[in-house]
Amino acid sequence: MPENLDKAGAAAMLRGVARAVIDKMDVLTDADLATGDGDHGIGMRRGFEAALAALETEPSSIDAAFRATGMAIMANTGGAAGAVFGTVFTAGAKAFAGQDVITADSFRQFLADAQAAVAKRGGVVEGQKTMLDALAHAARSAADEATLITATAQAAEGAQRGVDATKDMIATTGKARSLGERSLGHPDPGAISVAIIMAAIRDHVAA
Amino acid sequence: MAKPAKKILNAPRRAVTEMIDGLVLASDGRTRRLSGLDAIVKTDLADGRPALLIGGGSGHEPLFHGFVGDNMGDGAACGQFFAAPAPHIIYETAKAVHRGKGILFLYGNYAGDNMNFDIAAEMLVDEGIDVRTVRVADDVSAAPPERSHDRRGIAGDLLMIRIAGAAAATMDSLDEVERVTRKAGGWVRSIGVAISAGSIPETGKPTFELADDEIEVGMGAHGEAGTVRQKLVPADELADQMIGRILDDLPFSAGDEVALLINNLGATTMMEMLVVNRRIREVLGERDIHVHRTDVGTWLTVQEMAGFSITLMKLDDELKRLLDMPCRSVGFSNWEGK
Repeated sequence: MPENLDKAGAAAMLRGVARAVIDKMDVLTDADLATGDGDHGIGMRRGFEAALAALETEPSSIDAAFRATGMAIMANTGGAAGAVFGTVFTAGAKAFAGQDVITADSFRQFLADAQAAVAKRGGVVEGQKTMLDALAHAARSAADEATLITATAQAAEGAQRGVDATKDMIATTGKARSLGERSLGHPDPGAISVAIIMAAIRDHVAA
Repeated sequence: MAKPAKKILNAPRRAVTEMIDGLVLASDGRTRRLSGLDAIVKTDLADGRPALLIGGGSGHEPLFHGFVGDNMGDGAACGQFFAAPAPHIIYETAKAVHRGKGILFLYGNYAGDNMNFDIAAEMLVDEGIDVRTVRVADDVSAAPPERSHDRRGIAGDLLMIRIAGAAAATMDSLDEVERVTRKAGGWVRSIGVAISAGSIPETGKPTFELADDEIEVGMGAHGEAGTVRQKLVPADELADQMIGRILDDLPFSAGDEVALLINNLGATTMMEMLVVNRRIREVLGERDIHVHRTDVGTWLTVQEMAGFSITLMKLDDELKRLLDMPCRSVGFSNWEGK
């Protein structure tokens, strides 16, 4: 059980994240059909397949692995999802700059940096029924955890609570905005993607 | 689950790329593909002019990429089905059309497009290139007037591209091109109605569900929910309801001159749209609103969605002159001018 992850471990973890997202394409499609246009699943599959390909080459560092993942997602996903999920990894990569291992500290910093960058890029705040709700819940839940195992476990649980919270929110941004109250009861598909990513990170660290 | 919609494609995942190849060939040498990218640009770009870059998700053909041509878009960055193009596609297309006088980005107001075009604009600005952005936000059903920045861009795109394209071809500064395009954007209003859904080829699933006897007024171009789901009503009643929303929104007043555009969302017949056009002209006549020019056709589609949208743009002499200029592309041509 690795307490901290080195660059090879980080790349393996990111490959696990990519495979998890690709595997859940149909779940994401169905969730997006309820509130949007139904392209979230295929877009995320495109982006994370490209990330998987980019991660076949051993990265020079942990932050290079995260950056390569983010660039591949941004270039291939398209749509809002490409911009925000690409930003999660490119902006989050800075937390690992110059570090040989992922620690609880740097993982928590990754979540905080990613959250801030996504909020800025999308011009969104919590409560608007977006992926930011899951990301913010994940960051808060992991904030006091001292080990990578507990930090990633709490982040995954927090992200899922964020997904559940979006069910009670009325979308005020993105394509779901026009649904108004009809968006109630449906979770945000981008938030579900965050929960899938966080669960895959937890599973890799705990394995 | 319903069977996937019938579509004449080879492989859904190659459809956007193959569509662009076909589009370039249909332009008879007037456009070319940017190597390795889902992007097209004009072959013959006049020197020393401000550039007009358009773009957005694919699946709405001929919008946007079909409107690259003479006195229209100089280049278009294409996304996948209903998804904004990625920043590097926008960046490369922008570089290909830039001739030292700056670039106007003109696209529909959607979160994904806004973010991806903004990222590309930041990259270009870092290189010292002047980039301005006008987002088309003509759909009155998407938000109330006080939140017009939350409105989506729909078929008003075509009028905006013709005005911005004519401006970029005839006005010397990017400031002027931006100014006139913003003016047009402030005066354009649209509303759509959906009768039945379209589907994304890769999933084969309809983007929404409507009962056989239901329609949805205000439906967005990706199946985003409209404002009223109601029983099917006769054409005149529907036309009255829709044009009323547009007229009250700007508002348009007696004596105004307007461009009228009726757009087929994909599977509606020309007969239905002409019947609607007849009633709209009656209503506009009663209000003493003069139609300077009418366009009835298929310009912003949502795959096989059935339904149409109505667009009005208020015109002054400057906008009339630009809109009446000759223009030519695969998706729209008015080569003789008005």
